[in-house]
Amino acid sequence: MNWGVISENLPLYLEGAKLTLLLTFASLAISFFLAVPLSFLRNSNNRIFRYGVLGYTLVFRGTPLLVQLFLIYFGLAQFGMVRDSVLWPWLSDPLVCVIAAFVLNTTAYTTEIFAGGLRHIPVGEIEAARAFGMSGLTQARRILIPAMLTRSLPLYGNEMIMMLHATSLASTVTLLEVTGVARMITLNYYIQFEPYVTAAAIYLALTFVLVSVFQIVQKRWAGYLETRIG
Amino acid sequence: MIWDYATAILAAGSTTLLVAVSSLIVATLLGLAAAFAKLSGSVALRSLAGAYTFVVRGIPDLVVMLLVFYSLPALLNQGVDALGWDMRIEFSPIAAGIATLGVIFGAYMTETFKTALQNISKGQVEAAIAYGLTRRRMFVRIMMPQLIRLALPGFTNNWLVLAKGTALVSLIGLQDVMFRAKGAAEATAMPFTFYLVAAAFYLLLTMISIALLSLAGRNFDVGIRKLSP
Repeated sequence: MNWGVISENLPLYLEGAKLTLLLTFASLAISFFLAVPLSFLRNSNNRIFRYGVLGYTLVFRGTPLLVQLFLIYFGLAQFGMVRDSVLWPWLSDPLVCVIAAFVLNTTAYTTEIFAGGLRHIPVGEIEAARAFGMSGLTQARRILIPAMLTRSLPLYGNEMIMMLHATSLASTVTLLEVTGVARMITLNYYIQFEPYVTAAAIYLALTFVLVSVFQIVQKRWAGYLETRIG
Repeated sequence: MIWDYATAILAAGSTTLLVAVSSLIVATLLGLAAAFAKLSGSVALRSLAGAYTFVVRGIPDLVVMLLVFYSLPALLNQGVDALGWDMRIEFSPIAAGIATLGVIFGAYMTETFKTALQNISKGQVEAAIAYGLTRRRMFVRIMMPQLIRLALPGFTNNWLVLAKGTALVSLIGLQDVMFRAKGAAEATAMPFTFYLVAAAFYLLLTMISIALLSLAGRNFDVGIRKLSP
């Protein structure tokens, strides 16, 4: 056993964990602001919007994230137009590509989760909002979005964990997040056991913390949805 | 030329399907066993199943795969060395891939089956006991049909995630759709085209699965009354 190598390289793992968390929360934060309006369009009366958003979510939920990531990171270089554009320094950066792929992917899942939450809001709440004379925007801001978010919390919590785990794919395009660090150590020191076990332990700890925080959040903001006993 | 590469990629669909279906079988069996363990009276079985689902669902699929393919043989080989035997243990990518996906999705199946088992109404089981059915008959005749109906939505979902998850086995060197797409992309300098072919394959697989399983769902829902809207 070579645990000495691991303790020497703990600072690397720490950097890796920082990048893992950055990737997770950056993707989740951007996708949140995209998914809220998209979930309204997904339920819109306009067919073009409704089916347009459905097409997007279907394609991105129906293909592996790994393929999407490779399409963006390796694929875009195929087109001379992209290579010559002013955006190329951005699009050839693995960090940008990874976040773009993660955002596109998780937005598709989050949109469907939020759209489902929106469909399950009791009609009475919306009728009451209209009876109060609220404008469409006020209705959305004060009634629909909060109700939609609290109802979607359990599924959204799952999606956050999925996103945390999905960040491990960033190691396939050279990024040194936790999995990337583990991979690098296996190659540098020629040991196969300890680096991956350490990475697994870090993910397990991060997942545990995230789940615990989520349970508190859910109790605080979605507690009113629970059935009361006694 | 593009056509040749595209057909080579799609031909590897058989490998992808083989891995996916074999892992599904492993996952279903593991999930059933762990679901019964979670609901059993034995504390040891319950905590064992609990630890299994907690650990596996807390680690990314890719890391579990690397653990099974690289770390586990390394550990076994250290044991072999300690015993002084002259041999090297190595897993084939396909076995490691199936085992990994089976173990991962077994954990997700456990939750699906557990909830389904809990939702079978108690009266049904009590009636079966009152009729003097043996445990085995009770499971096959009474619980199984209801379990399938109740677990089908979750099962469908797990299968869809699993089918897409097989793309990861390309990273440990198994020649599946994704692996061939990568080969074609590197050989022709047309990565977008060939990853798009792979994407189309997975999308088609997803669509066909959804269609087939919703048909099956209609079959198992026969005799269940829906609330009128």
